[in-house]
Amino acid sequence: MIEIKGITKTFGDNEVLRGITAKFKPGKNNLIIGGSGSGKTTLLKCIVGLHEPTKGDVIFDGENFTEMNFEQRVPIRTHIGMLFQNSALFDSMTVEENIMFPLNLFTNRTHAEKLDRANFCLERVNLKGKNKLYPSELSGGMKKRVGIARAISMQPKYLFVDEPNSGLDPKTSILIDELINELTEEYQITTVIVTHDMNSVMGIGDHIIFLHQGKKWWEGTKDEIAHTDNKELNDFVFASKFMRAAKARL
Amino acid sequence: MFHSLGKYILLLRLSFRKPEKFSVYWAEVMREMVSVGVGSLGIISIISVFIGAATTIQVAFQLSSPLVPRSIAGSIARDSTILEFSPTISSLVLAGRVGSSMASQIGTMRVTEQIDALEIMGVNAPGYLISPKIIAGVTMFPILVIASIALGIFGGWLACVLSGDVSPADYLSGVHEGFEGLTIRVAIVKAIVFGFIITSICAYQGFYTNGGALEVGQSATKGVVYSCVMVLFADLVITRIML
Repeated sequence: MIEIKGITKTFGDNEVLRGITAKFKPGKNNLIIGGSGSGKTTLLKCIVGLHEPTKGDVIFDGENFTEMNFEQRVPIRTHIGMLFQNSALFDSMTVEENIMFPLNLFTNRTHAEKLDRANFCLERVNLKGKNKLYPSELSGGMKKRVGIARAISMQPKYLFVDEPNSGLDPKTSILIDELINELTEEYQITTVIVTHDMNSVMGIGDHIIFLHQGKKWWEGTKDEIAHTDNKELNDFVFASKFMRAAKARL
Repeated sequence: MFHSLGKYILLLRLSFRKPEKFSVYWAEVMREMVSVGVGSLGIISIISVFIGAATTIQVAFQLSSPLVPRSIAGSIARDSTILEFSPTISSLVLAGRVGSSMASQIGTMRVTEQIDALEIMGVNAPGYLISPKIIAGVTMFPILVIASIALGIFGGWLACVLSGDVSPADYLSGVHEGFEGLTIRVAIVKAIVFGFIITSICAYQGFYTNGGALEVGQSATKGVVYSCVMVLFADLVITRIML
């Protein structure tokens, strides 16, 4: 489980996050939603240690990540997988090398064992046989899937996903969501997803946190979100005519 | 300025932290050495031959007095090539070729979140990205400079053969006369220092890129400009200290 306590982050005079407290449970898709500039990505970066919170703590299974130095964080980091908005695959490496990269650095497995693991991960994301392609030869959806394969190569306990559906067509978006959902349930991963895609929210939102003006404005599940009377959340979720019509049908 | 200097020193310290796995870093060092060394050999060969030839013709033209032995052209061309043209001009060219490539490569990795991906995995990103480049720079620059010296002197000989301003025999005699090993030591020290300056400054500029494609270009430009200025400053300091 991941616990965040009173996370505050300021950049100069700009207070982006204001005392956010939440718990993210294993085997659940924990979604962080909110409008542009609400602090979603900043919160995610504070949790994974790419930003240091100005105040507050991030606790991974009882261990205070915020108080650790670089070396102390490494054992926890080897349990973290992350899918970036633009996949962040290493351009100079093939798909196979990208997936094997963390295995090369942090395990003592033989080359054959690492290759087996890479093939297993590729099969898991339906990209069997694409080992030797370079990221520049892949479509957006394939890059996301390779990103997921790399993220799960070390069998992570925690999976962080930043805008998994950005730049993807609706069908591929659903495939990516389903894949993340399957992996989360199958391996009981604590998954934290930053998104503003309402299909994801209504499809896989086991636990949803809505950020507004840098604060945690609302917390609940996908079933609760449809019936909330929170004005800001309603304005955000049901901004489109389609979503308003869908709500009216409920 | 002091803030940037502090950041640069801290980045260098992080770059030389104990590697997560030596074999992975070693492979990177080898890859960078091939890229810096073999990849730059062509351009270094071309400029060295032409500079050596041009220097010899100019020296022969300026010392065209019957009181000065013709072989002096060989001696002056040799010392100029060893002490200044090969280490300094080659390094300035390498700043453009190697330095800009390093700054833009690391800068692109920064803006496309590849460096964030490394950090999240628990990899010491400065160590993995920067130290192999610096090691490649300080090892391959001296080799390139030695090759440049040999090719520069060959270029001078070729100019003598083709132009006839100085006979090749006089030229070779001048090249042999009064040779001092110290000049080669100075050239190698310069090459090592210039290799460090160019790779570290360009890597620093790339590592702290912030923004998008425009900023990556600006980082590469800054890296080349700052490293060229520092190379010329270091050239003066080393020359003053060692000669």
